[in-house]
Amino acid sequence: MTAMRWLPVGVLLLCSVLAARADTLQKIAASGRITLAYRESSVPFSYLDGPHQPIGFGIDIYAHVIDAIKRVTGRRDLQVVWQAVSSQNRIPLIANGTVDLECGSTSNTVARSKSVAFAVNYFYTGPRLLVKKDSGVHGLADLAGKPVAVTAGTTSFKLMRKLDLDRGLGMTLLAGKDHVDSFLLVDVGRAVAFVMDDILLYGQILNAKHPAQWEVVGEALQVEPYACMLRKDDKAFKQLVDGAIIGLMQSGEFERIYEKWFLSPIPPRGRGLNLPMSRALRDNLRVHADQPAS
Amino acid sequence: MSLDWDIFCRSTTGTERIAGCLGQGGELSYLQWLVSAWGWTATVAVLGFAVALAIGMWVGTLRTLHAHRWLVVLAAAWVELFRNIPLLVQVFLWYHVAPFFIPALKLMPSWLLVSVALGLFTSARIAEQVRAGIQSLPRAQRSAALALGMSETQTYRWVILPVALRVMIPALTSEAMSIVKNSSVAFAVSVAELTQFALQAQEETARGVEIYLAVTLLYAATAFAVNRALAFVEARVRVPGVGAAARQEA
Repeated sequence: MTAMRWLPVGVLLLCSVLAARADTLQKIAASGRITLAYRESSVPFSYLDGPHQPIGFGIDIYAHVIDAIKRVTGRRDLQVVWQAVSSQNRIPLIANGTVDLECGSTSNTVARSKSVAFAVNYFYTGPRLLVKKDSGVHGLADLAGKPVAVTAGTTSFKLMRKLDLDRGLGMTLLAGKDHVDSFLLVDVGRAVAFVMDDILLYGQILNAKHPAQWEVVGEALQVEPYACMLRKDDKAFKQLVDGAIIGLMQSGEFERIYEKWFLSPIPPRGRGLNLPMSRALRDNLRVHADQPAS
Repeated sequence: MSLDWDIFCRSTTGTERIAGCLGQGGELSYLQWLVSAWGWTATVAVLGFAVALAIGMWVGTLRTLHAHRWLVVLAAAWVELFRNIPLLVQVFLWYHVAPFFIPALKLMPSWLLVSVALGLFTSARIAEQVRAGIQSLPRAQRSAALALGMSETQTYRWVILPVALRVMIPALTSEAMSIVKNSSVAFAVSVAELTQFALQAQEETARGVEIYLAVTLLYAATAFAVNRALAFVEARVRVPGVGAAARQEA
C-alpha cells in the first residue's frame, strides 16, 4: 500500500527526468520523423513558394542535415514534417519539442541562449532602415519624432527603444505582427521607415509591387549572426547539425548555396538580391563560431 | 524551472535591474511597460464598449418597432452584417480595406480604428440582447401605455426601456467582459496592448512563463473587475419584483 501511494510521485519524477534529457536524435530514430520549421516570408532564408512549398537558404541547409541524420540513425525512411513558425512562436515551439530544428532568419542572441541552443552562425546581418525613396529619410537621425515600424517578436524592437531613449529621438514605434505587416505600415504611410535586419529588407523589396520605389538606407545599427536553432542541452544533436554545416563550409558547398540564394535570381519573381558575402560571414567559414552577438 | 519575477524590474532598454522597479527619465521597466499595455487594453475596451452600447441600444430597439418595417429590416441587416464576419477579419477590413475607399481613415490612429471595429462587432450582439430584453416584457405593458395616450416614443422612453435595460444587465455584463478579452485583436493592427506586450516581452526576456502568467492574470482580473462593477450596478438599479432575481425569490 505504501509503495502504491508513492507511485504517482515516482511517475512524475520519471517524466521530468525524461523531459529534461532533450535527446532529439533518439526521438527521431524512434519515431522515424523530424519536424522542421519554416517561415512564411523570410526571403531568402525560408519562405513559401506556392501554398505548401518552403524554399530558401535555410531549407537547403536542412537537406544536408537530414542526410547526416539518416547516416547516424540509419533511418533511410526518415520522414520530414513541416511546421510553419513565426517570429513570436519559434522559440517556444523549439523549447517545447514541437519543432526539432529551425534554420531561418533567427538571430543568435544571449537572451535566447537561455532557452534554446544555436548551431554555427551561417549569416551576418544588422538592422537598417527600409524607406520609400521620396521619404527624405537617410539615417536614424531623420526619424526623430516620426512613426517607425518594427516587427513584434524581433530583437530590432528593443534596439530601437534603446536608441530612441539614448538619443532622445521621440519616435513612435509601431509593431507590425510580421514583416509583411510592417512593410505595409510603411507602404500605406502609417510609418516612415521599417527597421529590420537589412537582408530581410532586401527580401521585402524583392517582393514589393514596385521595387524601384524602395531603398535600404543608413548604417547597420548593430551586427547580428543568424544560426539554426535547436533545443538546449542536446549535445549530440548540436554536434550533428554543426558537423553538417561545417562540412558544407569546408567543402565549398556553402558558398555555392550562398550564391544560389543571395546572388542569383530567386523565386517567386525571378529577381536577385545581389548581396555579396559579408566579411563577417567569410571569416566564419574558417572560424565556425556559434557565439551570439556581443 | 523556477519562476523569476524579478524580470519585471528589469530595464526594457538595457539589461540591468532598476532599483525600485520604476525607471526614470524615459527608461522603463517591464512592469511599467506592462501597466502601459494594460492601459491600452482598457482604453480600447472602454471605447469599444461605449460605441457598442450607443449603437446596440438603438439597433436593438429598432428591431422591435414592427410598425416600421424598413427600420426593422435595416436593423436586422446591421446585426447580421456585424455578427456573421469574424472579428479579426472585421478589424483588417477597417484597417486595410476601408482606407482604400475612404482615405481619411488613414489619418485615424489605429487604436481608435480598432475600438470602432470592436464596438461595431459588439453592437450587433448588444442589439440582440436589447431586443430580447424588450421582448421579454409582457406585451400588455406596451398596450397599456399606448391606451393611456402615450406616443410610441413615450412608451419606449418611460415604460419599456427602463425595465428592459435593467433586465438585460446580466447579459450586458458578459458582453463587457468579452470586450476586454476581444480587445486583444488590437495587437494585429499595431496597438501596444497586453497581447503585443506578451509577444514582445517574452521574446526579449526569454521569460515567457512569467510574462504570460502576468498577462493572463491581468486579463482575468480586469474582466472580473468589470463583472463586479456591473453586478454592483445591477443591484443598485434593480426594480423590486422585476427580472431574474425577482423570479428566484418568488
